[in-house]
Amino acid sequence: MAAPRAQHPFTASSHERTKLFREKVARNLMLVAALALIVPVLAIIVYLFYKASPVLSFSYIIDDPGPMGKSGGIWLPLMGTFYLVLTSLFIVAPIGILAGIYLNEYAPDNWLTRAIGMAVTSLAGVPSIVHAMFGVGAFVAFMKMGESLIAAACTIAVMTIPVIVTATREALAAVPMSFREACWNMGATKWQTTRTIVLPNSVSGILTGVILEVSRAAGETAPILFTGAAASVAINTSSLDRKLVPYDLDDKFMALSYHLYMVADKIAGMPEEMKFGVAAVLIALILSINSVSIALRSWLRSRKKW
Amino acid sequence: MPDHHHIDFRNVTVRYGNDIALDGLDFHVRKNTIFGIVGPANSGKTTLLKCINRTIDFTSTASVDGRVRIDGENVREIKNVYSLRRRIGMVFPLPVGLPLSIYENVAYGPRRAGIHDKGQLDEIVERCLKQSVLWDEVKDRLHSLGTKLSGGQQQRLTLARALSLEPEILCLDEFSIAIDPVTTMKIEDVLVNLREKMTIILVTNLIQQAQRIADDMMFLNDSDIVEIGPTAELFANPKHTLTAKYLSGEMG
Repeated sequence: MAAPRAQHPFTASSHERTKLFREKVARNLMLVAALALIVPVLAIIVYLFYKASPVLSFSYIIDDPGPMGKSGGIWLPLMGTFYLVLTSLFIVAPIGILAGIYLNEYAPDNWLTRAIGMAVTSLAGVPSIVHAMFGVGAFVAFMKMGESLIAAACTIAVMTIPVIVTATREALAAVPMSFREACWNMGATKWQTTRTIVLPNSVSGILTGVILEVSRAAGETAPILFTGAAASVAINTSSLDRKLVPYDLDDKFMALSYHLYMVADKIAGMPEEMKFGVAAVLIALILSINSVSIALRSWLRSRKKW
Repeated sequence: MPDHHHIDFRNVTVRYGNDIALDGLDFHVRKNTIFGIVGPANSGKTTLLKCINRTIDFTSTASVDGRVRIDGENVREIKNVYSLRRRIGMVFPLPVGLPLSIYENVAYGPRRAGIHDKGQLDEIVERCLKQSVLWDEVKDRLHSLGTKLSGGQQQRLTLARALSLEPEILCLDEFSIAIDPVTTMKIEDVLVNLREKMTIILVTNLIQQAQRIADDMMFLNDSDIVEIGPTAELFANPKHTLTAKYLSGEMG
């Protein structure tokens, strides 16, 4: 090092100035990319609600749709989506969570486990329209459910199960292995360990995964297309219990996503704001489900125990 | 019966896949003694402990040959492996506070074993925390999280948990790694007293610790026993030059 050092020890050399400049450029480039993420979200929300603003009101939510959906509200499709999601949740949550626990906590590393893992991955890659065809064959026809809420819920359940299993496994895997080993060393069985240590510390993560998946399922059209969704239903909602629970499990039902598909494209002379009203309500529903999961996650972080 | 063979290893070989971790070990541990195990990293010390309470079963790549007997009973043939593990207290080098309160950390084992009486649990918690020299530091906050304790405190909490089932065998793998020398000495005194009630296997990197409290000692190197015998004899007249070098800190 014969070259004389810079006069002051804290003066940057030209090499270091270049380095700092590049650091700045790289950082800002990535910042712009990150900011670009929120633009479409904001644009969608603002645009939808602006277009829908003429119809959005309390009565729009709680009124039944008028003829062809050209007037009236969206109560029946909203309830349809709600009960569709609730029913599929009752089917998929127990199976998905129990399977996830088995795969993460119990399953030995053998061909069967790998086969199950591959099945889960493959199932996740099946397009939703194919799930719809399967639903028609398996639930509507073979199991004789007919086109109904329960058949559609089963189809959605099959479609969402891989994501629930994966979310469960990830939440369980986030609990350090050392906790399990400590329990085993104390003579605890795997189930005692899972029940007392692993599950209590991963339940919020599991629920977050389930809720996110539910909100995705709420927006799907394809799987309910041939399995139970209807353009309109003849249901008298004048009594309160019929208003709150408009559908039986074997009824055909209206759903927001399918309703939107119909009013947006299939019916001539549809007022603009009626189309955007449905879309706005659907988005609002999904965003509010997602915010529940975000709230849950931040609560989970705040009470993390290690 | 001071010469009763409490733990007996007969030709025990452990492989992880194709790697040999223990190579045909033959030795026994006398009841109510402290048995020190020293040896460099990767010599098989931790694997040896895992064979005793069969937590080696959780390592799917491991295969165990030979026989480990406790009181003459082959651990492989014990049907209820959970009862076996309850008879053996284990402390591994990394402290693990379970994500529970300090109290529940110590009460964990007893509860799983079916003890639910509050008074009995209180007694166990206090006794074990005193034995692990942690009681004075935590007695006023037994219901705060065990995971928020310092590393050294968590290590003593782990020790308290291991003692909670009054094991007949206590295996300590580098228990003092995160604990200050003063507290370590206090725990060593406790261990010497506990010897009346249980057999203690002490894996340690601190040669002096073994010298201070171990009755017998074994020097492991490269998956095999180099030398085994009464501690005083190993230090005074090591039969192998390797032992002499290791014990004097010259091996390398």
